[in-house]
Amino acid sequence: MDSCPDPEVAGLFKSPVVLSALLEPLPLGIVLVDPERRVLLMNQALEALTGFTRDEVRGVPCYAVLRGNVCMHQCPVLEAEAGGQPIRREGDLINRGREKISVRLTSVPVRDPQGALVGFLETFEDIRLLQHLNEKYHQPYSFGRLIGRSPKMEDLFRILPVVARTDSSVLITGETGTGKDVVAEALHQASGRAKEPFIKVNCGALPETLMESELFGHTKGAFTGAVGDKPGRLRLAHNGTLYLTEIGDLPLSLQVKLLTFLDDKIVYPLGSTRGFQAEVRVVAATHRHLERMVREGRFREDLLFRLNVVRLHLPPLRERSEDLPLLMDHFLAAFSLRFQKKVRDFSQEVRRILQTYPYPGNVRELRNIVEYAANICQEEVIKPEHLPVYIFENASLSEGAAPQKEEAFLPPLSEVGSGTRGMNWPEIERRLIVEALVRSKGRKSRAAEILGWGRSTLWRKMKQYGLNS
Amino acid sequence: MFRKVLITVWNSDISPRFDLTSEVVIVALDDQMSVIQERTVVLPHASAEELCHLILTEEAGLVICGGIEEEYHQYLTWKKVEVLDSVMGPWVRALEQFRAGELAAGSICYDGGSRQADA
Repeated sequence: MDSCPDPEVAGLFKSPVVLSALLEPLPLGIVLVDPERRVLLMNQALEALTGFTRDEVRGVPCYAVLRGNVCMHQCPVLEAEAGGQPIRREGDLINRGREKISVRLTSVPVRDPQGALVGFLETFEDIRLLQHLNEKYHQPYSFGRLIGRSPKMEDLFRILPVVARTDSSVLITGETGTGKDVVAEALHQASGRAKEPFIKVNCGALPETLMESELFGHTKGAFTGAVGDKPGRLRLAHNGTLYLTEIGDLPLSLQVKLLTFLDDKIVYPLGSTRGFQAEVRVVAATHRHLERMVREGRFREDLLFRLNVVRLHLPPLRERSEDLPLLMDHFLAAFSLRFQKKVRDFSQEVRRILQTYPYPGNVRELRNIVEYAANICQEEVIKPEHLPVYIFENASLSEGAAPQKEEAFLPPLSEVGSGTRGMNWPEIERRLIVEALVRSKGRKSRAAEILGWGRSTLWRKMKQYGLNS
Repeated sequence: MFRKVLITVWNSDISPRFDLTSEVVIVALDDQMSVIQERTVVLPHASAEELCHLILTEEAGLVICGGIEEEYHQYLTWKKVEVLDSVMGPWVRALEQFRAGELAAGSICYDGGSRQADA
């Protein structure tokens, strides 16, 4: 156990060299042990890793010095001795600084020319950095039911848990089918309000008068047919989260009332002067361009400012194409399980088709396509004939062309149209209708949506301007 | 007045790892450092948390162990338990050295003479 002169390696080079001089510069931790597993020599890298010096621990069993988890349960030295082969293991050790370090260790039996075992050589590689990188690579690319691996989604996954823990209002924007509802629900589930109600209200689903009663509630006799008191959704969401989807479709009059609620957090049901203090976190979502609607006077700027405390934009699927294989496999596995099918993969041709499809309906459309294919397919691999026919029709239409962007996120029509100077309003309006119809490829419902009108308004205006087909 | 010492054991040595210890020896010493009681406790499974719990419920005033992670060392120290860690060698010899007032953190108690590594 006392310090001894450095052993030399003879017969290899012209003259003998000191063994430690060979081992010292190596970045790998190296220890030589005798057949009883007692330390003979350690290099500097292993001294740094364990925190013990070679002079301190010379003659001490290696397991007491290295303190690895494998030393206690699957000693690689004993295994190497038994098998006669080098043994490689991954594990951890606790060094003298009381730090647990992940290591990869290799144990090699050393034999003399006659084959007799004379000791072991063990190497230790610090793999903390590798593990850190590995963890980063394999981190769960998901939040709630939202999954993805693209940089845009990674950014979202990074901030979503932080946003969830706050009570700030959140505005989620993104095209249809990008997962706005999923994010809203996941935000609620990851928040401190998870055990409280999550109330969803579609602001575009009900007429204005019904929506007011739905949101704020009413008292008995407040209007014809109000036969009893009804608590509004805001009150039902007390202590929880109120999710207002399609907030861009909320009528202006209700926008004012919602704004008042966001300011003082008191709900006044229709027909009542008694307010209810509701502790509610508001999450709103829309596929519309709210800033543009503000400019056009269709959405209140002050309401936008109140909702827009935290803005989360969900990218369309075409901007996260690297997520496509992940999503395809995810949905296929889910639907195979749900339908108890043996479908396990897509053919190369199907993968190519699905990779190039523009997905105007985004992730929802991809999920529907995979659901359809998983239903239809009776084999193990999905082939092109199992895909919905419309994919091929759309593919031929969009071949060579950039995918159609959601109209709501395009510049306003009035900006698209040029040369309107000197034209009167009916002429401008007629031109806007024509532009909308061209953009929607003649689909009137889509054109009405672009113009922000109802279908009947578009039909009336088209008739007025003689645009009926 | 007696003092309880808990030693983590692996085979006949001090266990190299606190968190992987499944056997401990608890020794009660009187004022003259004589052993008045000694018993072995086998843990159902190795766990640093459960070992800390055992140390506290046994009201041990001193722990002799091998490698221990900083968080458990700090926890035990905070709970006013003295910890002599990085001790190497047969536990019987470590106890003898402790009774002789010669044991410290980092002591090496193997044959060839006791040494004191810089703790």
